[in-house]
Amino acid sequence: MAHATTHPVSAGGGAHGGAHHDEHWIKKYFWSTDHKIIAFQYIFTGMAMALIGAFMAYVFRMQLAFPGSSVPGWGFVSPGQYNALITNHGSIMIFWVAMPVLIAGFGNYLIPLMIGADDMVFPRINRLSYQLFLLSAIVLLASLFVPNGGFGGAWTAYPPLSANRVYSTTPYGSTMWVIAVALEFVAFLLGGINFIVTSMNSRAKGMRAFDVPIVVWTIVIASILFMASVGPLIAGAVMLIFDQTAGTSFFNPNRGGDPILWQHLFWFFGHPEVYVVLLPAMGIVAEVMCVFARKKLFAYQTVIYTIIGTGVLSFFVWAHHQFVAGIDPRMANVFTVTTVLVSVPIAEMCFVYIATLYGGSIQFSTPMLWALAFLAEFLIGGVTGIYLGASGLDVYFHDTYFVVAHFHYTFFPIAIIAVFSGITFWFPKMFGRMMNDTWGKVHFWGTIIPFNMIFIPLFILGMNGEHRRIFDYHNFPHLDTPYMQSLRITATIALVVMLAFQPIFLWNFIRSMFAGPVAGKNPWKANTFEWAADSPPPHGNFAEMPECHRGPYEYSVEGRTTDYWPQHEPA
Amino acid sequence: MLDHSMPQAATFAGGVDGLFWLITWIVGLWFIAAEAMFFWLMWRFRRKPGVPAQYVTGKEKHLKRWINIPHGLVLIFDVVIIVAAIRVWVEIKQTLPPADVTIRVNSQQWAWTFTDPGPDGVLDTPDDVRTTDELHVTVGKTYHFLLESKDVLHSFFVPAFRLKQDAIPGRTYTGWFKATRPGNYDIQCAEICGLGHGVMGAKLVVEDAAAHAAWIQQHANDGALAALTTPAPADTAAKPATATPAPAAGTH
Repeated sequence: MAHATTHPVSAGGGAHGGAHHDEHWIKKYFWSTDHKIIAFQYIFTGMAMALIGAFMAYVFRMQLAFPGSSVPGWGFVSPGQYNALITNHGSIMIFWVAMPVLIAGFGNYLIPLMIGADDMVFPRINRLSYQLFLLSAIVLLASLFVPNGGFGGAWTAYPPLSANRVYSTTPYGSTMWVIAVALEFVAFLLGGINFIVTSMNSRAKGMRAFDVPIVVWTIVIASILFMASVGPLIAGAVMLIFDQTAGTSFFNPNRGGDPILWQHLFWFFGHPEVYVVLLPAMGIVAEVMCVFARKKLFAYQTVIYTIIGTGVLSFFVWAHHQFVAGIDPRMANVFTVTTVLVSVPIAEMCFVYIATLYGGSIQFSTPMLWALAFLAEFLIGGVTGIYLGASGLDVYFHDTYFVVAHFHYTFFPIAIIAVFSGITFWFPKMFGRMMNDTWGKVHFWGTIIPFNMIFIPLFILGMNGEHRRIFDYHNFPHLDTPYMQSLRITATIALVVMLAFQPIFLWNFIRSMFAGPVAGKNPWKANTFEWAADSPPPHGNFAEMPECHRGPYEYSVEGRTTDYWPQHEPA
Repeated sequence: MLDHSMPQAATFAGGVDGLFWLITWIVGLWFIAAEAMFFWLMWRFRRKPGVPAQYVTGKEKHLKRWINIPHGLVLIFDVVIIVAAIRVWVEIKQTLPPADVTIRVNSQQWAWTFTDPGPDGVLDTPDDVRTTDELHVTVGKTYHFLLESKDVLHSFFVPAFRLKQDAIPGRTYTGWFKATRPGNYDIQCAEICGLGHGVMGAKLVVEDAAAHAAWIQQHANDGALAALTTPAPADTAAKPATATPAPAAGTH
């Protein structure tokens, strides 16, 4: 990654005001205020955490398929370890993989480049954001090695189990888990401020709101959703820490507290959180689809309205996680209505994406395969959500494997498929070299096919009444049949196969970073501003600050010799 | 649901399964239509040499109706699903038919304790039958259950009944069911409750009135005996930490 040592006038708060010549590599890569370096820090940390989270999944899936036998690479799995593994797998994949890679990683990398700015508005806050995030990851990982082991009360951390050490048996693990989550939220609050302010104030000359690429819109709206929803949960986390350590009883029913209060605080954040990670993924997919279909995005403004509509609705659906939690049953009726109605903007968004293919000239490159797979798989996650939003049916499905399969069909496309799409798409810009397309496709099919083989069996298990978070089903006669066990084994084998294909990606990534063909500025013939910068862009991004002359998706405009029309090109 | 492996054993199980199939038909058709369209477009508009892409903004009326008409239909089907879902919900959770028998279901880390009112049909009398991890009910009778927890959240889940309800310490939840089919079924704890969550199961025996009476007769003296020998219920002392026992907050 050879960064040029000169750059144009900086508007980015002065934190890198010309004093970065011949920086020491530690300062350059670990104390940087450059949004691209911070993006890499987030992406690489997130990828490392993804490997840890995937290893956890491997261990507990092996235990489920072959209960009581020693798992290669781990050993025997105790019930306490099992609970800690599922808890931290969920926490890591959402808070330490999806959030840092999709929002912080791509947000940091893309926002300044795509709006034609030289950096974020608050570069030092940006640096602090990553440092807090790294600290939160270290606290979380450390919590697995304290006496009595890591927290095992599920990623939702419902009290009294999470609040009382007598019940949880993990006095240190529980508290460190909550501290890690709270720190992580603070990190993303700092990052979110930056995204919102930067995209409002630093857009290139001529760039109006409706000239901004969809992915920037989605990341900014996701940041707003996050900032508006996370406050109650940070307050809740502090109350939980006090309950755990100072003997308060915010959530202790024996002394006037209410355990259900936590559920409201958690899910008031927790459900918008789903859209916080979904929206950037949809944004990445929109960019990739337009480039490889050589098509203007179908009804650009409609997409933005559906994004906003989804965001607003997402604040009114949280109690669908609590239908059977003991809330007033009349409340469930309201939340059923709002929850099922979320399908309206989401369906519109999916229709628009599908319609974008109409009349296109589709090239099935690796990033495009990932983008198309996102839509195909996410549809399954979307329609199975209807089953769970319907209160009468949720009485049965709540906390069964149907839920597990459903949200993996949403989160896997979001956190894995869309991320692979984004990384393979922007890799040439990030590192100046192309990735190998053939190996990319091998990796794609080696991930997608096993993914379905993991989670389709889980739908069937859930329909048969298999409940979640059980380390061994021998105690439940109707779940302990050879048929049910064969489904569990199928899922586990598929997981192992899927993991076995991942070194191909890592190898392709690392090898291409140093030895791939040189990419040039605009290998995909794309329109948005980042492709006007050098690959990789130097500190300060653009040799000459771009001006915006048109919308981001003017592909295949009639009467032009080329099928693309970059935003920065004068008419 | 999938009836061969998960029988319908309560009155509202059929309604839940009916809702499942209604949603399956509706979203299944949409899902297949959307995926079919999606894959067809992918194939139809794959890159061919010399064929450029079209410039379509999405504002063209004749194209936009391909979005707007399905979109309106989605909204209509949503209303159908919402109405069906709420009907089932109201039957299970929002109505409380008069009880033939009222039982108590106690949960704690990591066991279920069931109290049957015994021959006199009244709870909290010496002839109550208390059993751990085994619940016997009579087929065809409407039961009210008073659901309580001693420590953390648990969830009373009877898959064959399609019934699930969280147990919350400090509260008593009153729910109902009416079993329709004799047999042995699983009771699960569906809310993670600590180290023993994976072993917290119980057996549900649905039997006819004669068998139930015989079972009551067999156990009727247990409760009286227990009441004589241990003044306090045997399991309240088990949890030291927050041992101020909550008053069983009034039923709602």
